[in-house]
Amino acid sequence: MATLGQTIKSLWSMVVGMKVTGIEFFKPKLTVHYPRKEVDNLGTYRGHCDLVAREDDPLTPKCIMCGICVDNCPSGCLSLTMHVVGEGKPRPAGGAGELMLAQEVILPGSIKKAPPTGKAERVLDSFRLNYNYCSLCGLCVQNCPVSSLAWSREAYLVGRSRQEFEFDLLARLRAKAASSQGVKAA
Amino acid sequence: MTALLANPLVQLVIALLALLGFVGLNGLVLVWMERKVVGFIQRRPGPFEVGPHGLLQPLADALKLIGKQLVTPRGADRPLFWLAPILSVMPVPLCFLPIPFSPLLTGMELNVGVVLILAFSGLNVLALCLAGWGSNNKYSLLGAARAVSQSVAYEIPLLLTVLCIAFQSGSLNLNVIAGHQSGILHWNLWVQPLAFVMFFIAATAETNRAPFDLPEAESELTAGHHTEYSGMGFGLFMLAEYMYMIIICGMAAVLFMGGWDGPVAPGWWWMVIKIYAMLAAMMWFRWTFPRVRFDQLLNVCWKWLIPLGLANLLATALIMKLVG
Repeated sequence: MATLGQTIKSLWSMVVGMKVTGIEFFKPKLTVHYPRKEVDNLGTYRGHCDLVAREDDPLTPKCIMCGICVDNCPSGCLSLTMHVVGEGKPRPAGGAGELMLAQEVILPGSIKKAPPTGKAERVLDSFRLNYNYCSLCGLCVQNCPVSSLAWSREAYLVGRSRQEFEFDLLARLRAKAASSQGVKAA
Repeated sequence: MTALLANPLVQLVIALLALLGFVGLNGLVLVWMERKVVGFIQRRPGPFEVGPHGLLQPLADALKLIGKQLVTPRGADRPLFWLAPILSVMPVPLCFLPIPFSPLLTGMELNVGVVLILAFSGLNVLALCLAGWGSNNKYSLLGAARAVSQSVAYEIPLLLTVLCIAFQSGSLNLNVIAGHQSGILHWNLWVQPLAFVMFFIAATAETNRAPFDLPEAESELTAGHHTEYSGMGFGLFMLAEYMYMIIICGMAAVLFMGGWDGPVAPGWWWMVIKIYAMLAAMMWFRWTFPRVRFDQLLNVCWKWLIPLGLANLLATALIMKLVG
């Protein structure tokens, strides 16, 4: 008798299952037909990292050339060069040398604090991203002390060769600023 | 001309040709329908890009399958391997012959129509067995072994339920059985609801449809018996599967729902509507229920369907003896 009750219960559960899928059948479809329509939440898309411009100067990134991003990147796909004003010769940032990070940054709890720039005025020469090796872990964006890196929103990035994914982020920033200024002027 | 048409042989050839057209067209429609149903249940649109609402997608798929290279795996039993898909699809037109779409639209009126369908649809098991054996592949062999034990088990409740109807109508001629049930209230469905439910369960298992799709169990056996088939080898198996679904649903429509009979304007369209409604239900099952385990599959058959079927048969026989 217990088996019979169990069987009836199981059969009823099948009816319930059919009801669930039957209702789903008539609900509106969720698929966005891509080439004709696009999703509206691209703002949350996490693409490759991109330089963020200073508020007062759209042509210059906020970057202070501390090199945390370069050191942190597990795939080694970031590289930047800079020079100290007066020296003229560009050199890579980060690592050992007279431009070592200030104590305030290295100490625990100093995350997101900008290190003092010191006496020397530094100029960013290039900021390159080799997107071929990037695993989109986001350590560069998370650890940038001055929020000079952000996710790009390019969900539809395509290319035909590896070279197309070796980005010069500084040039990208400047091109973007120029085009947005062009839009403003027009 | 009319004399020629009256020749039964000519009628048979015409019926077979028409049925082959019907088979091809329905194969395409069913592939499209299956993909639409699964899409809708999962809140996707299903095929959408080829043709309006993806209507031409199965045609494109068929062309792709025809264009593909036919590969025979190393160590396979070549003649058996290629015999299997042909053997699977060959009995299909024969099984369609006795199904009456209307009194006039019957391929061939046979007084043993039910037996003919059951006998020749049983050939499909042999095809699956050969496919599994000939592939030289462990997944295929396991799939074939499952197919055989499953089909052997589920043919019994299928036959028991069909026998109930045969007892009631006193005939194995599908036209006669359908003719007995004119008027929606006289459908066998109302007299034999248990037999109908068991017939439908056994039919789902016989056609190797989910939740009884153990012979091809994608997640365990890659694709079971047709793992090694490329191109049209696979295409024929798939076509045969859909066709056996139509045949078994056609049988269900004739045995339990009065065939061409409907509430208004009886005709072949009612038959088509009933067949497609049952096919839709089968697809609905497939995308609702998870696959059963093999012991569960056989338990359902041997411990529930066969005893119930026997009891139902005995009761039917007794009542027919007393009443009829």
